[in-house]
Amino acid sequence: MDNYILELRGVSKTFPGVRALDNVRFDLRPGEIHSIMGENGAGKSTFIKIITGVYIPDEGEMLFNGKPVTIQGTNDSQKLGIAAIYQHVTSYPDLSVTENIFIGHEIISKRTKRLLWNQMHAKAKDLLEQLGASFDPKIRMGTLSVAQQQIVEIAKALSVHAKVIIMDEPTAALSNRESEELYRITKKLRDDGVAVIFISHRMEDFERLADRVTVLRDAQYIGTWDKEEMDHDRLVMAMVGREITQMFPKREVTIKKEIFRVEGLGRHGVFKDISFTLHQGEILALTGLVGAGRTEVCESIYGITPFDEGSLWLNGKHITIGHPHEALAKGIGYLPEDRLGQGLILDWELYKNVTLPVLDKFSQNGVLDTLSERERTKEIIELLAVKATSVFDKAATLSGGNQQKLIVAKLLTADLKVIILDEPTKGVDVGAKTAIFNIMGDLALRGYGIIMVSSEMVEVLGVSDRTVVMKEGRIAAIFETAKTTQEQILRAALGTSEEGLDA
Amino acid sequence: MLNLRRNLLLRAERFRDFGLLVFIIVLSLVIQVRNPTFLTLSNINTLLVNASILSILAVGMMMVLIIRGIDLSIGSTIALSGMVSALTVSLYPTIHPVLSILEGVLVGAVVGTIIGLLVSKFNVLPIIATMGMMNIVRGLTFLVSGGKWISAYQMSVPFKKIATGSILGINTLIFIAVVIYIIFYYFINHTRTGRQIYAVGSNPEAAKVSGIPKTRIIWMVYIFMGALAGLAGVLWVSRFASAQGDTAVGYEMGVIAACVLGGISLAGGSGKISGLILGVILFGILNNALPLINVSPFWQQGIQGAVILAAIIINVLVKRSNERMALRHRVV
Amino acid sequence: MTERKLLTERGFSFKRFFLQWEWLLVLIFLLIHIINSFLSPYYLNVGTFVRTPMTFLDKSFLVLPMTLVIILGNIDISVGSTVALSSVVMATAYNAGISMPVAMLICLATATFCGLFNGLILVRFKELPAMIVTLATLTLYRGIAYIILEDQASGNFPDWFSFLGWGSVLGIPFMLIIFIICAVAFGFLLHKTTFGRIVYGMGSNKKTCLYSGIRTDKILLWVSILTGLMAGFTALFLTSRMGSTRPNVAQNYELEVIAMVVLGGVSTAGGKGRIGGPILAIFIIGFLSYGLGLVNISAQILLIIIGTLLITSVMVLNMRISGKRKRSGFGSHEVGKNLTR
Repeated sequence: MDNYILELRGVSKTFPGVRALDNVRFDLRPGEIHSIMGENGAGKSTFIKIITGVYIPDEGEMLFNGKPVTIQGTNDSQKLGIAAIYQHVTSYPDLSVTENIFIGHEIISKRTKRLLWNQMHAKAKDLLEQLGASFDPKIRMGTLSVAQQQIVEIAKALSVHAKVIIMDEPTAALSNRESEELYRITKKLRDDGVAVIFISHRMEDFERLADRVTVLRDAQYIGTWDKEEMDHDRLVMAMVGREITQMFPKREVTIKKEIFRVEGLGRHGVFKDISFTLHQGEILALTGLVGAGRTEVCESIYGITPFDEGSLWLNGKHITIGHPHEALAKGIGYLPEDRLGQGLILDWELYKNVTLPVLDKFSQNGVLDTLSERERTKEIIELLAVKATSVFDKAATLSGGNQQKLIVAKLLTADLKVIILDEPTKGVDVGAKTAIFNIMGDLALRGYGIIMVSSEMVEVLGVSDRTVVMKEGRIAAIFETAKTTQEQILRAALGTSEEGLDA
Repeated sequence: MLNLRRNLLLRAERFRDFGLLVFIIVLSLVIQVRNPTFLTLSNINTLLVNASILSILAVGMMMVLIIRGIDLSIGSTIALSGMVSALTVSLYPTIHPVLSILEGVLVGAVVGTIIGLLVSKFNVLPIIATMGMMNIVRGLTFLVSGGKWISAYQMSVPFKKIATGSILGINTLIFIAVVIYIIFYYFINHTRTGRQIYAVGSNPEAAKVSGIPKTRIIWMVYIFMGALAGLAGVLWVSRFASAQGDTAVGYEMGVIAACVLGGISLAGGSGKISGLILGVILFGILNNALPLINVSPFWQQGIQGAVILAAIIINVLVKRSNERMALRHRVV
Repeated sequence: MTERKLLTERGFSFKRFFLQWEWLLVLIFLLIHIINSFLSPYYLNVGTFVRTPMTFLDKSFLVLPMTLVIILGNIDISVGSTVALSSVVMATAYNAGISMPVAMLICLATATFCGLFNGLILVRFKELPAMIVTLATLTLYRGIAYIILEDQASGNFPDWFSFLGWGSVLGIPFMLIIFIICAVAFGFLLHKTTFGRIVYGMGSNKKTCLYSGIRTDKILLWVSILTGLMAGFTALFLTSRMGSTRPNVAQNYELEVIAMVVLGGVSTAGGKGRIGGPILAIFIIGFLSYGLGLVNISAQILLIIIGTLLITSVMVLNMRISGKRKRSGFGSHEVGKNLTR
């Protein structure tokens, strides 16, 4: 009889308008590395938040060591010995490493309740050394790199003798070398009897770490398999659930002359020597691991942050862009990664969002002509098939996919030549994804040059004409997409040699 | 290369304290040259006594700034607590001075409780809450006093001796300030709750998720500030032997200036007692020395404003250059 | 494939029209007049309604740009000091021999420059919250006023100067006429122009505006300049009414002005509110002060009342916002997100 340390049965969770988890089951053995895989929006992060107590399930039950438990908040999950390490580090940058490790369970003198710093520093140093880190725990957390901060988070989990450690996209922001370290540490944790759940949509993590894997798709539990039973294609099939090629529209591609060029672009400490060309009618994918610097390059092109070296060329002429309004004026548009925080004003009506980049077009001498705003919005929204009742709907009421279409609508009101889309299908459901690909293909056909930043290999292969792979701030490779494979792209992104992937 | 970056940033913080100390020494020497009575024992004593009330308030303001707040009402709280305790003494001259002090602290704590409630539970912006309370409490002071002053002859001798007397050979005010510093130094560095204040200021969202009682911490900090302002109020009226409706108007600016000079970050989450002490001393020197080198008192507010502005801008510039240096050392 | 017809017109909804904050203010406004008329038998005549506003209209010029500032998500507590400084500079200039019209221009220029200075610092040092910057300039500007005039008064203005604050045209106070013109201008600016739309946008989500190509720095500078300019107007009218000036004039103006804006339904969270509310609030607080004066309530008690009004309005507005957010499925919202880190 298997004794599971953690079990979920029939767990469901619904948010207004969205079914995040639907009748999901899960089991976790002590001393195993269990991988949760699935596409964006499959339900992985909701799943984790239920285990850590951030969300309370609407249906279903959870068992810990065979006994039913209710986890209603992070305190409950911590008491059981569940610790989570997130992608976005939730630490205190102004406090020392030791404090970050011990916050919530500080070592205090029993009598006077005084904090015993010496003991804590010593213990922290000890934990860090166990994990192979050599930095001084007295320094401020804010001075550490992301990889180091993750190690501190793991040390924190160890300091509370966590029995279950959850890692959310652990290698997302790590270099190749740092990922190797993390793999070593995770395996050691497993060997010491800790149960590790890690979430990732990267094959590499699965290959190197998993003992078993559970796949979620569209909020549903698809299955759990031992590592030996699974290979790439079966895993992708389980995650995607359909033939990969069906999702992407067939495109008639006529690539014309060069429309945009980046030469030797660099920003100190962020990226260096970035050069590529973009042609009319072309979709250029910009891919790589999270943290490779893709968004930073785009933001420098678009004028959000300045770059230190290099140049930009539009239609063969040298241009300078100091601010997004210059970029827009010259015909370069950007769909930001953070749709809600940078792309839309949620409190606003649709028409106000759509016209924001080009208010001058809908006004005379500064006076707004709301009628023309609303009519133009209606045209564009109907063109893109955004599901809404009226142009007065607030942007917040739209679904993820429709919100994304709304931002595209925003871009289309301006006169653009080049459109940069940063993770356009992130958090978008499958149906809307196809719609967005169709829109992209259509735009390419009309002569736009499109740069698409994406972490989804499948997407990159299905949609783009050429692929630029970035790694740690530099370009690793540029491929003709039709002539390349996922493995080649991954290898370039990770910087591994031939054997690296199958170890 | 990571080590280099870490060392640079560590050094930048020590550098700031060190630089401030050097500046204080240089400034003192310059003033001494202009007016040799500056560095005399009696002047230094006056300086310290004057600075002690400010320093008591600065400790409270430091904690408020750490949790990303501000308190503009402390001048009014000083006035109210001072007025209430002075009134009590004028009516009951036999009251023990310690009770007077406690009374003042209580008045201040009540004000702080209200402010803390508004900020932590009702999400009122600290600037709005404390600006409103600043005026409410000032109005209350006038109400309570009936528009009249309480002057020296109405105060009992023991009451007046609070500020003029000495304990263990040191002036009482300085003694109280030192005690307060020792208490709060221990509190924010060696107790769990004290460190939680820093956590809340450094990353409020994470604090909530980690189970730190964020609301209670914010409330507590404002109560402390109020209580310290209340204490300062009693000490103030004792020192100047007079309680008026317009006591300490605008005094909060000086307190904030001292904190800013001491390197307390306005973004919250960081601030050290050592820096604070230096900031208070520097500010105290400015206040003390300006009349000595014949700067008219009417220049005081203007200089204060310029100093605050310069200090916050310099803080930003230093931070920016640190970040730029750190980036430069990252090899891509 | 169905033809999807998207609505571009929105029908009139009684519920939406009458459930607005401004109607509550109208009610309070009427209530105040009713109470006042009980306090004094001579209250209800045309003369009262014409002359009373002259006691509080000077600071109301500040309410107009402050509305923009708070909708933008910022705050400015240096306005009182700007008024004091520009008034002092004008008086000093005039008494040094400069002609009065030119001195008045200098007043406006000084005030506008003070506003511009605020704006420049905010734009160059975005890490600094508006609260702290204007706290510093509050001290600096008034400090400069004290350096110039110390504790003296200055005045002796030409007789015609008092027309600004005391005179009437066809029975209507001159100040009121100018105020109405300014109010209409600001209302138009806020509600009918691209500038106003952007102000609302930046208050709701500054990042999105930046990514949409909005020159946020330019808008911020212009709002700061407008604030300064209106402070100059306030200085002109206040000085005209008082006949002389000192460095300590216009104390607590920032409290009253912000209270009026917030009472007018403009949330400190930014992105919300209309010009009508603060304008109503001006008259509410103005007539309330007048009424309290009728029963000899001291200025200090008035401060208590205004302070309480300020805090209560903010609390009520906050609760309204978090109520709306909870109903539409959002998480909780930091009211004042632009004013902290």
